[in-house]
Amino acid sequence: MAQTLYDKLWNSHVVHQEADGTAILYIDRHLVHEVTSPQAFEGLKLAGRKPWRISSIVATADHNTPTEGWDAARGTATIADPISRQQVETLDANIKAVGALAYFPFMNERQGIVHVIGPENGATLPGMTVVCGDSHTSTHGAFAALSFGIGTSEVEHVLATQTLLMKKSKSMLITVEGTLGAGVTAKDIVLAIIGKIGTAGGTGYAIEFAGSAIRGLTMEGRMTVCNMAIEAGARAGMVAADDTTCAYLKDRMLSPKAADWDAAVAYWKTLHSDEGAQFDRVVELRAEDIQPQVTWGTSPEMVVAVTGRVPDPAAESDATRRSGMERALQYMGLTANTPISEIPVDVVFIGSCTNSRIEDLRAAAAVAKGRRKADSVKRVLVVPGSGLVKRQAEAEGLDKIFQAAGFEWREPGCSMCLAMNADRLEPGERCASTSNRNFEGRQGPNGRTHLVSPAMAAAAAVTGHFTDVRQFS
Amino acid sequence: MQAFTLLDGLVAPLDRSNVDTDAIIPKQFLKSIKRSGFGPNCFDEWRYLDHGEPGMDCSQRPKNPDFVLNQPRYAGAEILLVRANFGCGSSREHAPWALLDMGFKAILGESYADIFFNNCFKNGILPIVLPKAELDELFAQVDAAPGYKLVIDLAAQTVTRPDGKAIPFPIDPFRKECLLNGWDDIGLTLRHADEISAFEAKRRVEQPWLFA
Ligand code: SF4
Repeated sequence: MAQTLYDKLWNSHVVHQEADGTAILYIDRHLVHEVTSPQAFEGLKLAGRKPWRISSIVATADHNTPTEGWDAARGTATIADPISRQQVETLDANIKAVGALAYFPFMNERQGIVHVIGPENGATLPGMTVVCGDSHTSTHGAFAALSFGIGTSEVEHVLATQTLLMKKSKSMLITVEGTLGAGVTAKDIVLAIIGKIGTAGGTGYAIEFAGSAIRGLTMEGRMTVCNMAIEAGARAGMVAADDTTCAYLKDRMLSPKAADWDAAVAYWKTLHSDEGAQFDRVVELRAEDIQPQVTWGTSPEMVVAVTGRVPDPAAESDATRRSGMERALQYMGLTANTPISEIPVDVVFIGSCTNSRIEDLRAAAAVAKGRRKADSVKRVLVVPGSGLVKRQAEAEGLDKIFQAAGFEWREPGCSMCLAMNADRLEPGERCASTSNRNFEGRQGPNGRTHLVSPAMAAAAAVTGHFTDVRQFS
Repeated sequence: MQAFTLLDGLVAPLDRSNVDTDAIIPKQFLKSIKRSGFGPNCFDEWRYLDHGEPGMDCSQRPKNPDFVLNQPRYAGAEILLVRANFGCGSSREHAPWALLDMGFKAILGESYADIFFNNCFKNGILPIVLPKAELDELFAQVDAAPGYKLVIDLAAQTVTRPDGKAIPFPIDPFRKECLLNGWDDIGLTLRHADEISAFEAKRRVEQPWLFA
């Protein structure tokens, strides 16, 4: 029978299945970071259990780490906040005690956001199950892997058993056919999708993204799309493996080598939905209809095209939705019907596991080149996703372009995506951000977040307000 | 894990959709390396008028009088009434830990985000899915009657209102069994350790590059 990609990935990992469908699913790759793992390591120790397979673990510190003032000689003492430092040091100690296939600690040259370092080191491969105590683990599905975020109890479960107990989700196919317009990116695709199906639209589903516009994306772009599958409610997003996938993985640090490479590629080429495979739900978009997107509210589904206006709650018939819109407008300090292009920004953040890879930085630099940050913009932070991305950008001279434009060039980490470190918005500040969540307080208490693509973020930085990046080309 | 059987508890309403886990427990409290002590900071940004940081004495902080859960009539509530897509966003298990620490043992809502839903069961919290029409009535009844309680019977899969109406709810049989008995998932899974080893050995032969 014709199988979906999700069927193939699911079926190839079922160790055992109960009559009610609850399965024991084998986990190939376990990514670990400092925030969601301490209680799991502690639980394991308290129960007197040993990790099942250490070589499945790849770890890094990213959420709490500062993005400036690095001093290798001082090590973790560089981290000013004592509780952040304790969390990073706890990860150091846990990995030292338990072991790992690879560990990129704070300030290591390969350290970075867990969802950036996995793929760029070949730790994420097609056909794998990939888990991490982090909801944006959906990112790795770009490699035709079944990848999803888990809670800390499940982190402990994977450490102890190399498996998870779960039931199969329903399947959704989202196709984007056609050709994207100039200045329209993967970020705009996924924001448009969330705008269409809503933040709960994917709840209970595993989403496969397909169609010519998705196939035409680079791996970076596919990661951006899968990254935000969780913002549509789906734990897992995925894209079929193809030549683009294999070309990206060739010669990465942990990618298969020699004869293994050929065998792996032969297998990976089978990782796509079969002709005629059935999905529980199908959603179709046309690439030509997608414009650069800007969120206006406090949920990623509150999104419009940059050419649009802030919506009017008075036009919403559903009472719960209407009050949600009113609350969002109040929080965001916006008035209904304001043109998006007239909203000024105070801060710009270019970074996060959604948009901090080399291509994202190139797209932002292309707009910043030869221009200056608007005087009204207080600060522009560019935070590369990893040490490797940072060095690549510097080799291409992107750091110089950003600095000449008055942008700050930082060390890698999660940074102002969730503001657990010192990078955060002041109350009331409005930010054009390339991250994935615009929840209340996400980038700092009472901060206001608008999600956009890297090029749109750079455009807002140089003009001081949201600007259709297509005007620049 | 604490077993969940019968709960006769006070109900508190939170009439919003898309309540995300950042709202349930803001990120600054995620720096703790413990599982407990998150209760005073549950809904921190809504609950207090000042900005909370770890280590503050919450009993001394100014409370937001407009936040519904601050009303004295809901003190000691064990059942939280919510709307759609509750617990969306981050996978942080600190969210159910905080709810539990604040005293909530069950949640009644229209829908939940997948990871949050899962995390509840791992911590002995019962997230119940009810149709919107039932929830609308419950919200109205809670509002009208201070001291409003509900009886949740997991074995019978019913929520019983003070007027006697019993509302049935669905639950996955495996999860029900685990909650009723307070079973530890890891212990259950390790009963299949031999099967896991056999599966792994086969995989090692078929895809050796996964085991480099
Ligand atoms: S960059 Fe943001 S979304 Fe991504 S892992 Fe870090 S905190 Fe989470």
